[in-house]
Amino acid sequence: MIRSTHLPLLVTLATFVLAYALCASAYPSMLSTRVVANLLTDNAFLGIAAVGMTFVILSGGIDLSIGSVIAFTGVFLAVVLRDTSMHPLVAFALVLMITTAFGAAMGALIHYLEMPPFIVTLAGMFLARGAAYVLSTESVPITHEFYDFLQGLYWKDPSGGRFRLIGGLMVLTFLVGILVAHRTRFGQNVYALGGGGQTAKLMGLPLASTTIGIYAVSGGLAGLAGIVFSLYTSAGYSLATVGVELDAIAAVVIGGTLLTGGYGFVAGTFFGILIMGLIQTYIVFDGTLSSWWTKIVIGGLLFAFIVLQKGLTWATQARRRTTTGSAAHS
Amino acid sequence: MTHDTGPVLHAKGISKFFPGTIALDEVDLRLEPGEVHALLGENGAGKSTLIKCLTGAYQRDNGTIHLDGQEVSPQSTADSQRMGIGTVYQEVNLLPNLTVAENLYLGRQPMRWGLMARRRMNAMARESLAGYGLDIDPAEPLTAYSVAIQQVVAIARAVEMSGKVLILDEPTASLDRDEVQLLFSVIRQLRDRGLAVVFITHFLDQVFEISDRATILRNGRVVGTRVLADVSQKDVVTLMLGRQLESQVHDRKPAKAGETLIEVENLGKRGMLDPLSLALREGEVVGLAGLLGSGRTETANLIFGAVPADQGRILLRGKEIPVSTPREAVKHRFALCPEDRKTEGIVGDLSVRDNIILARQASQGWMRPIPRAEVNEIAERYVKALDIRLASLDMPIRLLSGGNQQKALLARWLATNPDFLILDEPTRGIDVGAHAEIIALIEQLRSDGMALLVASSELEELVAYSTRVIVLRDRKQVRELSGAEITPENIVHAIAEHGTPAEEGAR
Repeated sequence: MIRSTHLPLLVTLATFVLAYALCASAYPSMLSTRVVANLLTDNAFLGIAAVGMTFVILSGGIDLSIGSVIAFTGVFLAVVLRDTSMHPLVAFALVLMITTAFGAAMGALIHYLEMPPFIVTLAGMFLARGAAYVLSTESVPITHEFYDFLQGLYWKDPSGGRFRLIGGLMVLTFLVGILVAHRTRFGQNVYALGGGGQTAKLMGLPLASTTIGIYAVSGGLAGLAGIVFSLYTSAGYSLATVGVELDAIAAVVIGGTLLTGGYGFVAGTFFGILIMGLIQTYIVFDGTLSSWWTKIVIGGLLFAFIVLQKGLTWATQARRRTTTGSAAHS
Repeated sequence: MTHDTGPVLHAKGISKFFPGTIALDEVDLRLEPGEVHALLGENGAGKSTLIKCLTGAYQRDNGTIHLDGQEVSPQSTADSQRMGIGTVYQEVNLLPNLTVAENLYLGRQPMRWGLMARRRMNAMARESLAGYGLDIDPAEPLTAYSVAIQQVVAIARAVEMSGKVLILDEPTASLDRDEVQLLFSVIRQLRDRGLAVVFITHFLDQVFEISDRATILRNGRVVGTRVLADVSQKDVVTLMLGRQLESQVHDRKPAKAGETLIEVENLGKRGMLDPLSLALREGEVVGLAGLLGSGRTETANLIFGAVPADQGRILLRGKEIPVSTPREAVKHRFALCPEDRKTEGIVGDLSVRDNIILARQASQGWMRPIPRAEVNEIAERYVKALDIRLASLDMPIRLLSGGNQQKALLARWLATNPDFLILDEPTRGIDVGAHAEIIALIEQLRSDGMALLVASSELEELVAYSTRVIVLRDRKQVRELSGAEITPENIVHAIAEHGTPAEEGAR
């Protein structure tokens, strides 16, 4: 059954199908599995980070720190692998713990000090970026046989597309994200928080653990995105992934999640990521367009989706008025 | 009490102090199982403070609460919910972005293998709501249903989670008649199940319809607990207002027969105010009387266009005029001094002068600033005329006393030279001296030929200056009093007993 809350998701899906059809009609080779595989690989780190961002935005918050956290993770891994003999898997676990704890600490500040998430995560953004600089200002290459092994893992489609590990990891993250958002108490609490914090409190919801949990998830997933990014680039650089948080926010909004919280789907963000990736791919295929056109198209799309959301909000309110009206006359 | 079960909830000697005031003074409340107990009192009487102390939203400073014979001390609303005290508020406290079932089971969803069993949850919700006579699809978003149904869902949630005491804080405030009946049938059903229901409302008819007993609060004290079958509405109103209703004979000059200025015909808004008609001549003060929530402020706002009406019309000197925004109203020389001057009236940090000139300047348009000299002249004139006491015209208005703020607000509207002035609670929260001055000012404006509509909860005050009084109840115009009929006693009668045959005969 189609409900008005599903409409943004459907619009996102339709946009994706339409965009893909347009691209394919111009360049039929964009239909190849090679392009699809690259779409997943190239956007893997962004997609994973955007899952965390979806939870944050669903709860009515924002997390500006994830770009910095990704960069920090990359530099941390590169430096640790260069200077110590730690196995990458141990380093992964360590950095995931650090980033999760970092997110949890921001969530705790937001909840207990009743600070706006914007400010707290802005501070977190500077902190994480600064920590990355402290570790190394230069780009540190990662050369480790385990990295080579992971990078060599892929499944080759008969028609030539290489589905790499990191793309699969992103898809897996989305699947788990969808399950958590819609089928667990934590997920319900995230929606409840986004629907109205004061009301959720009166309904007896554990606000503290929910808020801390949300930012911990976002931090942890930013850490995972950082690991994926280091696998993708084989390096750690403190100046990398500046502004990725904004790309993630854009993907979430294009995916149909209401920026004020409460409404949206993790699955929508997946298509948001794909739409953004598709635009980039198209520009690469075209070859004559400046890559800045990506930003312009994404900007236009964002506007369109914000207007759509506003329109839907009005439509729902109008409908609510008419339903109360008809109930009164019955 | 012959009950061998004893009270479900017994609060004894509850006191709550706020800096400078005693909000609750040794309040007792005793709830029997299977009763609907109304909690009555004017605003500020302490009803909501008492409820907040019972639900743990406030910590009481004194007194004990026994629930089923056990002493309890709820620390938070979640705490009291667990102990068995559930609360449903006027504003539906459910989440609009979730479905009915999700709201009903938030925080206690049925789980299977670590995941929410959505289908089972929906089935449980459907069954639970069917018990309240609701046949709705619980998988739909909450907002697909009317406020009344949302209230029932909120009640179902509160009852399922608590199940001993159910507190309903003005649950009917935004419901219409049929919806109220739906809610009442649910309340009766819960009462028959043995719950104690606390019912708070300003609608006396509803109190008498649904409640068994009532505890009446005034100024933080219990002034009485009555079995409602034994008393009349008038007794209850008298207790609430706490007035000796002596008949005062007023030596009133008859209203000057001015031209009819404003005619309001069947003006109303669904769910806010039943259609209301009134006519005002120049040199007349019409009072709006009624209990809190009876529709006084709503009437003022509708006529001024602060809230657009959805039916009826307004005629100015016999010609219909559109008034759907305050801007239009001001254009037709209407003025409104709102009830809550802190949030709707004064701009605290602006100077007294700027506050006084605000409406005049707005009516001229921002592109044509009033010359400084004229601004000063106007401000000084009204400060003098209204005797506003201040150190300087430049001081921020928030530093003035309540009475002087009120006079400055009046000055703001008088500066627009209105023909028709609406005052909503002009004397609330100001001291006795300023009180008398404002009343004198109303008299003076009237004799100058202005038409005034004054909403007030102070009956003596209304009696003092009104040439006619319109009595409102349950957001409906119930009676119009004029001339010698205007006495506090008659107003109380009209508020409490309108519609009874005896009353009709007495006219």
